[in-house]
Amino acid sequence: MFLTPVVPHWPFYNLDTMFVRGLKRKCFDGEEDIEGTLAGIKAIPSYNLQRQSLLDMSLVKLQLCHMLVEPNLCRSVLIANTVRQIQEEMTQDGTWQMINTQSTGQASLDRLVSTDILCRSSREQAEGKHVPGYTTFNKDFEGDQAQDSSETMSTAPSVQVPRNLQSNVWEMENPQENKGNFQKSLDQIFETLENKSPNSVEDLFSEVDNSYYDLDTMLTGMMSNSKMGHCDGLETFSSPTATASNSNCKSDLNELDHIVEILVES
Amino acid sequence: MTECSARFADIISTVEFNHSGELLATGDKGGRVVIFQQEQENKTQSHSRGEYNVYSTFQSHEPEFDYLKSLEIEEKINKIRWLPQKNAAQFLLSTNDKTIKLWKISERDKRPEGYNLKEEDGRYRDPTTVTTLRVPVFRPMDLMVEASPRRIFANAHTYHINSISINSDYETYLSADDLRINLWHLEITDRSFNIVDIKPANMEELTEVITAAEFHPNSCNTFVYSSSKGTIRLCDMRASALCDRHSKLFEEPEDPSNRSFFSEIISSISDVKFSHSGRYMMTRDYLSVKIWDLNMENRPVETYQVHEYLRSKLCSLYENDCIFDKFECCWNGSDSIVMTGSYNNFFRMFDRNTKRDITLEASRENNKPRTVLKPRKVCASGKRKKDEISVDSLDFNKKILHTAWHPKENIIAVATTNNLYIFQDKMN
Repeated sequence: MFLTPVVPHWPFYNLDTMFVRGLKRKCFDGEEDIEGTLAGIKAIPSYNLQRQSLLDMSLVKLQLCHMLVEPNLCRSVLIANTVRQIQEEMTQDGTWQMINTQSTGQASLDRLVSTDILCRSSREQAEGKHVPGYTTFNKDFEGDQAQDSSETMSTAPSVQVPRNLQSNVWEMENPQENKGNFQKSLDQIFETLENKSPNSVEDLFSEVDNSYYDLDTMLTGMMSNSKMGHCDGLETFSSPTATASNSNCKSDLNELDHIVEILVES
Repeated sequence: MTECSARFADIISTVEFNHSGELLATGDKGGRVVIFQQEQENKTQSHSRGEYNVYSTFQSHEPEFDYLKSLEIEEKINKIRWLPQKNAAQFLLSTNDKTIKLWKISERDKRPEGYNLKEEDGRYRDPTTVTTLRVPVFRPMDLMVEASPRRIFANAHTYHINSISINSDYETYLSADDLRINLWHLEITDRSFNIVDIKPANMEELTEVITAAEFHPNSCNTFVYSSSKGTIRLCDMRASALCDRHSKLFEEPEDPSNRSFFSEIISSISDVKFSHSGRYMMTRDYLSVKIWDLNMENRPVETYQVHEYLRSKLCSLYENDCIFDKFECCWNGSDSIVMTGSYNNFFRMFDRNTKRDITLEASRENNKPRTVLKPRKVCASGKRKKDEISVDSLDFNKKILHTAWHPKENIIAVATTNNLYIFQDKMN
């Protein structure tokens, strides 16, 4: 089993293009003033779709983090926090469940909808539409909209990571902990950044949609996996710091080649 | 402003003047350090300051391989900091993600000649041919600048080092990675003290990382560190050995009307710098530069918008990862002007007294050498005036992340991806 990065193709609506074609007005104006030659551009998508799109993009970014030689921790933390925010908001306004009914698989990813709305402030959004602005997660929220947490998670068409995590990693949770599940899925992604448990990393990608593969990314994934296979559960550098020799640790290229050979063969 | 520039083989990753401003050090992605030296002032042309020429080049860090994690350690130089000069030699600290090195840069302009047992080219003489004894003498030679590593501070950071800062005691320095800050003594390489640790017991709970840290320029017990959530913590090392509890927390309350999913990301602080006076500190987040009075924690005293026209583009910038770019910022020598970089090879200066600001471009095509730089303007929306550049035609691959200001004069160093520009104020 090897890891392959999911490299989606984003034929998305370039914000620049939107402006050039005269769609400068706020999206809430509806479609009355949309100018002619909009072949290929669909009606401006809803806030929910845009938010979903952002969520998908963020998850892909996190997945790709795993592929890198050494993920940038700051970037990963910021993306993970963004995902949490979106999930909290979606759980709060009950749209988390609506993922079931949306178009599946390829479709939503093919169309990274214009996220113009997402860039606007929450106040502007509230003026135009009855969409709750971003608010902190209400802890009293019982999650009664979410029935079987596993159902909700596993049928999320484009949110593939949590589904796999859900099915493979944990016991069945109380439905009210739907949020907690997602939180844990995020945490799991996060933990794997630490290379702590190689098994969970494999689980993450065991059911990734094949349509995103191409030869290049597969090969990249193979090399990445050979690196990922060796996890470091050790915290060898806690304080006070370990002593070290003064010697300059220069890598021996021959040694390196040898090691890479071993990794690839194994 | 007049200009000179140098082209680099690799991406420039850090730029730093030394304390006198005579030397300018740059680090690049290939682990090399290139030091430029200002020419001595030409007595006959007293109206122009000396140009900067290459003084020394050396390989500071090599790529390494972490066998435990099976990960490569990049040789890219993240930061360079100069020590104040104590004798004829110069010293600087350079760091990559994991290892800090103290380099000694010294000049050699004499060499001994007239050995008894060796020829001038180093070959040993046949002892039987030696019939007289002589004392070797020093004779002048072409100037040679040598760099030698004097200390190597390794194996103290699990995460990537983002900052180093030399204490005003000139004996200790700190190094900060994503989750921890260590205190070192410049003479001791096998031991360092952990002074900040924000790693949660459970990594799953990690939501915030350290992004930059700096010692106070005058108080040797005080330092600050910034976070990815837009906060700055000031710590006093006298309070406790582990400075996990801050003395002061600087944070501006979020503007609810500007809130979006990207609010946290753009609030992440990419750089923090104390003013030379030590009374203020400056932070750089994605869209703005903020000046904080150390006596006031609840909001900055000044805020300057660097490229507010990007606020409506945050989603695109998130998609192409530009939103994670870490811009640095710097003060001029008198703390009256602050400078930072932007996209399209633009950089911005803000005059704190007059409240005027200017946008300039570091590019060879658009600026003839030795001419005054033309101010630029970005048109956010609406009708674009002549000479303005529209937001949509900005090149986001041309980013100026690193800038430096001479400590005493109006000379600035601006690094684009592969080029270093040095601009000087024309003296009247």
